[in-house]
Amino acid sequence: MGRYLLRRLINHVALVLIAASLTYFLAAISLNPRANFAGRNPPVAASSVTATLNDYNLNPDTPVVVRFAHWANGVAHGDLGRTVTGGEVNDEFGRRVGVSTRLLLIATILGSIGGVLVGAWGAIKQYRASDRVTTLASFFVLAMPVFVIAVTFKLWAIDINDAVGHKVIEYTGEYDPGLTGTGEILASRLQHLLLPSLTLIVIQVALYSRYQRSTMLDVLGSDFLRTARAKGLSRRAALMKHGLRTAVLPVVPLLVYNVVLLFTGATFTEKIFGWHGMGEWLVNSISTNDVNAVAAVGMFTASVVLIAGLLSDVLYAALDPRVRVR
Amino acid sequence: MAVQTPSVQPPAHVPAAPGDQPAKRRANSRLRLTAVRFARNRMALFGLVMLVLLFLMAYVSPLFYKWDYTELDFTAFQKPPSAAHWFGTDQTGSDLFALTARGMQKSLVIGILTGLICTFVAAAVGASAGYFGGWTDRSLMWVVDLLLVMPSFLIIAVLSPLFQGTTWLVFVVLLAAFSWMITGRVVRSMTLTLKDREFVKAAKYMGVPAPVIIFRHILPSMASMLIIDGTIQVGAAIIGETSLSYFGFGVQSPDVSLGTVIATGTPAAPSFPWLFYFPAGCLVLICLSIAFIGDGLRDALDPNSSGAKARAPRTTKKSTSTEGRTS
Repeated sequence: MGRYLLRRLINHVALVLIAASLTYFLAAISLNPRANFAGRNPPVAASSVTATLNDYNLNPDTPVVVRFAHWANGVAHGDLGRTVTGGEVNDEFGRRVGVSTRLLLIATILGSIGGVLVGAWGAIKQYRASDRVTTLASFFVLAMPVFVIAVTFKLWAIDINDAVGHKVIEYTGEYDPGLTGTGEILASRLQHLLLPSLTLIVIQVALYSRYQRSTMLDVLGSDFLRTARAKGLSRRAALMKHGLRTAVLPVVPLLVYNVVLLFTGATFTEKIFGWHGMGEWLVNSISTNDVNAVAAVGMFTASVVLIAGLLSDVLYAALDPRVRVR
Repeated sequence: MAVQTPSVQPPAHVPAAPGDQPAKRRANSRLRLTAVRFARNRMALFGLVMLVLLFLMAYVSPLFYKWDYTELDFTAFQKPPSAAHWFGTDQTGSDLFALTARGMQKSLVIGILTGLICTFVAAAVGASAGYFGGWTDRSLMWVVDLLLVMPSFLIIAVLSPLFQGTTWLVFVVLLAAFSWMITGRVVRSMTLTLKDREFVKAAKYMGVPAPVIIFRHILPSMASMLIIDGTIQVGAAIIGETSLSYFGFGVQSPDVSLGTVIATGTPAAPSFPWLFYFPAGCLVLICLSIAFIGDGLRDALDPNSSGAKARAPRTTKKSTSTEGRTS
């Protein structure tokens, strides 16, 4: 087990390093930070723009290999470079990871539990009305791009607020900065959390329930469930103790991998609901030609894939006694 | 890195070698059987009819419609749907129906092309990796792993300045480049089980060149899986395309896609909801009908599936898949 994981770790780390370097090269070649200084009022002298860009290691006229060497050297020492506005990418990175995590943690937990339960329920009641309704609903959700879901929720929230007469559902930002008092701040945070979380939860429930339903159906006709029933367990106990546990196994790697999808997939949710997390940063830094920030996001995503891959290997080996690892 | 996707269930089915008369008849009857089973599935049939209607709306209706998507009506700004403007107008006086139809044309073409290309690439790469094994396999799978680690949304978005002013076909290539990997892995593992079968071995010892074996004998044996995956990829590509275009990283103006139409309508949507709901509704209908068709195809092509059998006892499973979703 240890050696197997070590080999995979080395393999993964190599992949992440290559992926991060490629992302840097692509960003450095295709984005043009100089454009940010064009059309400023008062105009900035070309020489001072060049000096600033050189300072931040963003000058497109420097050969890309030289810039990469500079950047890689910094990254090796734990410095992700400077943003186009001169800030430290490190600081921004830390702040944004925090925001994204606060948003994603609850949504991921509720979403995966909900998905597993809805899927298992659908399988047990296969072809009954409840199964048909959940199946159809998940088809609907999965046919919608995230931005359609998020904007629809936002429009509904506005309608509800208009109907009630004051703002019951918040749809921009993470909290209301004007508030004081722990209770009020907490309430405001929860209010702001509702819609973006709901968006993410709905998507995850729809996605996971599809997989869970099909793995659960596989398990339902199995011999070990019949044995458990024959042993005298009630249908409910047999399903919960033996059925659900076996059926969750194949879905686990998927759940883990989707955390990755979420970190960048929350792009739309964050952008539309005004949360300043990693996803929003990705879109903003591309539109502001912020090469180092894009590289940081790319490296972050690749690393999350790495961690997710390892975690799913470990989890799978730990949960399923049938998995033998050399 | 092993990405387990319990999504595509390969039907255990291998047709006879093509060419001779009885086999042809069998292929015909198989096609008919598939069609019959497909038609029995009400959701799938509904999806097919819906998709045909949407195609007509995208490609035929603009020929008869009064407004062109580039035309501005200076007598109607931000007007709700009416007989003159079926979907209403936006703040510049553009007709939303014409815009939506135009956007649907682009989104449908991009989705179908991307789905075709990426299924082809997945089939070719996966089958080669599985068939040749050794270094070919290792290097191809390494590329698959690398592309899976690369954040595709970010890469395509970062490259979008480069294809500004070029054709949208570049965008199709980029989308396809990042969506074939998981299917490629599935094809590879199916090839591994197929390559020791008698009909492949026979062809090999008769001196049939490897590419011919792959494209004439191995890939047709997994045609059903590839067809199903192709439909799923079309849906995923449409979602991917509109998502990127929503942020301005995809189809560039003056070209129009459903993503850009929805993005332009969104800021005004709280006061003028039709600007969002109509194009978004059309997008959802497209993806939904494709999903229904894909599900129906899976049931019709999978011999083990009960979903398409006439009033069959409910014993075997009906699997569904939602692969390749980019959010």
